[in-house]
Amino acid sequence: MIKRQHWSIPYFIFLVFFVVLPLVLVAVYAFQDGTGHFSLSNIVKFFSDGDALSTFAVSLEVAVENTAICILLGYPAAWILANKKLNRSAVTIVLFIIPMWINALMRTLATAELFNMLGIGLGKGTLLFGMVYDYLPFMIYPIYNILNKMDKSYAEAAEDLGATPSQVFWKVTVPLSMPGVVSGILMVFMPTVSTFAISEFLTNNKIKLFGTIIQENINSSMWNYGAALSLIMLVIIGITTLFNNEEETKEGGVI
Amino acid sequence: MAIPNDVIINIEHVSKSFGDKKVLDDINLYIKKGEFLTLLGPSGCGKTTMLRIIAGFAQADCGIVSMDGADITGVPPYKRPLNTVFQRYALFPHLDVYDNIAFGLKLRGVPKDEIEKKVKKVLKMVSMSDYEDRDVESLSGGQQQRVAIARALVNQPKVLLLDEPLAALDLKMRKDMQIELKEMHRKLGITFIYVTHDQEEALTLSDTIVVMNGGKIQQIGTPTDIYNEPQNSFVADFIGESNILNGTMIKDREVSFIGHDFECVDEGFGENVPVDVVVRPEDIYIMNKTEGAQFTGVVKSCTFKGVHYEMFVDSDNGYELMIQDYNAFEIGSTVGLLIKPCDIQVMHKERVENRFEGEMTADDTVKFLGGEFKVEPVEGVSAGDKVEVSVAFSGVDLLDHTEEGNLSGEVHFILYKGDHYHLTVLTDDGDFVWVDTQDIWDKGDLVGINIESKDIKITKKND
Repeated sequence: MIKRQHWSIPYFIFLVFFVVLPLVLVAVYAFQDGTGHFSLSNIVKFFSDGDALSTFAVSLEVAVENTAICILLGYPAAWILANKKLNRSAVTIVLFIIPMWINALMRTLATAELFNMLGIGLGKGTLLFGMVYDYLPFMIYPIYNILNKMDKSYAEAAEDLGATPSQVFWKVTVPLSMPGVVSGILMVFMPTVSTFAISEFLTNNKIKLFGTIIQENINSSMWNYGAALSLIMLVIIGITTLFNNEEETKEGGVI
Repeated sequence: MAIPNDVIINIEHVSKSFGDKKVLDDINLYIKKGEFLTLLGPSGCGKTTMLRIIAGFAQADCGIVSMDGADITGVPPYKRPLNTVFQRYALFPHLDVYDNIAFGLKLRGVPKDEIEKKVKKVLKMVSMSDYEDRDVESLSGGQQQRVAIARALVNQPKVLLLDEPLAALDLKMRKDMQIELKEMHRKLGITFIYVTHDQEEALTLSDTIVVMNGGKIQQIGTPTDIYNEPQNSFVADFIGESNILNGTMIKDREVSFIGHDFECVDEGFGENVPVDVVVRPEDIYIMNKTEGAQFTGVVKSCTFKGVHYEMFVDSDNGYELMIQDYNAFEIGSTVGLLIKPCDIQVMHKERVENRFEGEMTADDTVKFLGGEFKVEPVEGVSAGDKVEVSVAFSGVDLLDHTEEGNLSGEVHFILYKGDHYHLTVLTDDGDFVWVDTQDIWDKGDLVGINIESKDIKITKKND
């Protein structure tokens, strides 16, 4: 009989070739100049490039706005879905998930067409609309999951101690569902920082996001600068993830 | 029913169903100020639903719950002056011990320094003084239990509801907490309503025990009443160990069971009336000599139980009796047995045979309980007639496979009657069939139900 631990070999190989190796390559390219010598010039270039920095700031701003809108829309939606009195069927939950089965690019293109048809000018508004449309399910699902699994005796205990239904919601349900909100934030915030397709189709590249400049650099064969930008984004996302994880294990997260 | 004037909670005609299942069936109960009342029964008997209706988490389908004379049936839980200790404690994991306990006081806008005083006081009462800043999830089960009690008591409720609060603790800790709860009740003087399935716990703690089964109250009484004078075989079986036997009340103060006539203290049952007889295992006197004994038996088994020995003895007429005594008797030896008149508890039988409403579908076929059964044709009864069907307990056959029977069901309750088992079987349609059998079944077994034509008696109903 083969030892159980041998079963992990295919996964290990996959990890090496498709996760570790590409990451190492990104890092190596980021610290090389065009001729293949070690150099910090790419990193320096980014921090002295006003355009790149402002694009980065815009990206963060859009990501924060998108995440905030997703929470504002997603939390009540998840709460209604998880409430057995308001939602008696599993079908409604599936309806929220089904859009995720359709390719995001196709949905984005369709959304752009819709705006064209309605004669709505493409810009920040349409960009945010597209992002919220694409990423809302990723916010709803983890919150729904945690609300759905939450022991209802917590709410009953609060009510028993004199909390009105709205006090139960703000003092018990919301704090206890924070881990779901945190994973929702991670699943929405990070992809929105790096996305470029949505801004391309829904603003006609009027608004450039950080992902867009990475894509432009790579497309124009500026591999080293593109790799450096990717690495910078990776580090920033990594930092936010660590920050969130720490919060999650300790207190259940914060907004 | 005259209701005393020191009643704090009064429950009148409360019923509740979940779907088709009736969990509470016309419950009437009053709870006196300051008493320790326990709702006792097996799982699914409706005790927790009853507590939830009192707390306000569940709404009765019909009936009235009143507190201090005011109708609170429709009052939401947060407006009721009572607090609950939940089965799994339900301590808020995002708050520490102090904030958990202060939760109710903060909601009511109690000043900060007063909250601190009250929290400290109640923590001292449950012996958790140094735990204020602890994370509730870092506490042991027993400590969480104490915090849960403190969180409820700090609000100074008029009534404290406890839903199986000790169920998750180990035996030793449960015993300690029982003593502490009893002590707290004595000190505080408030009303405790306690839910448990543990009869020993109920006997230890309560002033009044309400035994429930199948959504109905079986008996209300003090622990000694319930133990010594159970009103039916369910209560006798559920509370403590007992020998429950079929008997016949010959006349006042004389009852016949296990093939012998005994003197007893019960009167007013009538003559030659079938009854259930309960004798506690510690109330059968066992001795080595047979002179002076009322009947004899042979010891079949003898097990040491700590304080006493538990023996199973086959009586001279073939009934198996459980006997507890401080002395051990040798297996296989013949012993003399004696039961005192005051130790024989005689109870009315709830029923002496199965009775169903039926309808003739052909001259030799009757439909009842949702199944069709062949019967021997009876003069004057023809197809389409409504009939009353009666079947002796021993006339019902249980089969291993549900598809072999005319009906199928599940073994719901088992009572050993000394020489046979008396089973309550719940059919798939939700009706009860009572069965006497020698075969051993377990609770929850799925069975097929068959009744032979010779065992079905039909009489035409007079409209």
